[in-house]
Amino acid sequence: MKAIGQMPRPKSGSTFELLSWFYMRVSGLLMALMITFHLLWMHLIVGLDNINFSVVADRWMYPITGTLWRVFDLLLLIFAVTHGMNGIRFSIEDYVHNRSWQLFLKTAVAILLLFLLFIGSYIVFVFEV
Amino acid sequence: MKKRTLKIKRFNPTKDKKPYWQEFVVEAEDTDRILDALNHIKWYVDGSLTMRRSCAHGICGSDAMCINGKNLLACKALFKEVGDDVTIEPLAGLPVIRDLVVDMEPFMEHYRTVLPYFISETPPPSYGERLQSIEERKIFDDTTKCILCAACTTSCPSFWARGEYIGPSAIVQAHRFIFDSRDDGAAARLDILGNADGVWRCRTIYNCTNACPRGIEVTKAVGEVKKEILFSTL
Repeated sequence: MKAIGQMPRPKSGSTFELLSWFYMRVSGLLMALMITFHLLWMHLIVGLDNINFSVVADRWMYPITGTLWRVFDLLLLIFAVTHGMNGIRFSIEDYVHNRSWQLFLKTAVAILLLFLLFIGSYIVFVFEV
Repeated sequence: MKKRTLKIKRFNPTKDKKPYWQEFVVEAEDTDRILDALNHIKWYVDGSLTMRRSCAHGICGSDAMCINGKNLLACKALFKEVGDDVTIEPLAGLPVIRDLVVDMEPFMEHYRTVLPYFISETPPPSYGERLQSIEERKIFDDTTKCILCAACTTSCPSFWARGEYIGPSAIVQAHRFIFDSRDDGAAARLDILGNADGVWRCRTIYNCTNACPRGIEVTKAVGEVKKEILFSTL
């Protein structure tokens, strides 16, 4: 690699964008499966006419399946919010060229991400009928 | 011979404040190329019309332009393919120098970044050639066809939005060497393409594949480079 080391090349070394790209693929795929399951469960098994607050609340209160449902819903929340917010980050980096605006918008997105994750997971953990 | 209307986006920076459309009516056969009509206009109607062209046979890549909303080579596009009324614009995403001529420097700068030349750490064998099997060659055969016309890069919305994005053409050029069994520069090229403005800006829109006048599966090549970076990192 002697010759290569002498050639000009951009600074790099960060694998953040690679991991971010890979995460989008994995989370997208998992969400597609989870949302399909959720849709089938709610619309076909529970039935469209039976969906109300108590159906959702009861689902979370059973000893074992309740915990599984909470884990499922928490994962869906994490995937949806992080996947979506990362997508918004892509758009900001593509279309906002002013560095200050970019920093401001990305910070706003990060705060929104943390807020939604916090409020969503708080409900998942502490909810009681 | 049929009458055809060519609506061309004109811009002369020394005279015009902004680009404007000008229509020309020319007579052309169905099998005539758009370049034939442009040459007719330049030679017999308006000598100030400015465009690039060289070989006129789809090899040099000089006359890529946006014809009826699609990036094509004017020397390969026939009237029977694009229709009687033709709208012609310069390639999008690059600064217009005049009429249909764009400044290719930003494009070439990205091209140079990916070290688009053969890099070897070993001396050539004494018997002359560095041999390669048919299978080894097949892996990057598609990307050897690139003629650097910029049709792919200038059809890419990610490139329009952010000029720093290295663009599909540079990735195709890198692919040609990364997957060449005789080349030793893959690590350096993957390092360059792994940057934030490298392959990760590709949103898999497929405009590049549709635009390539050489039929290169550009998006597939970009995907192979992404996969290579992923597997060489993880």
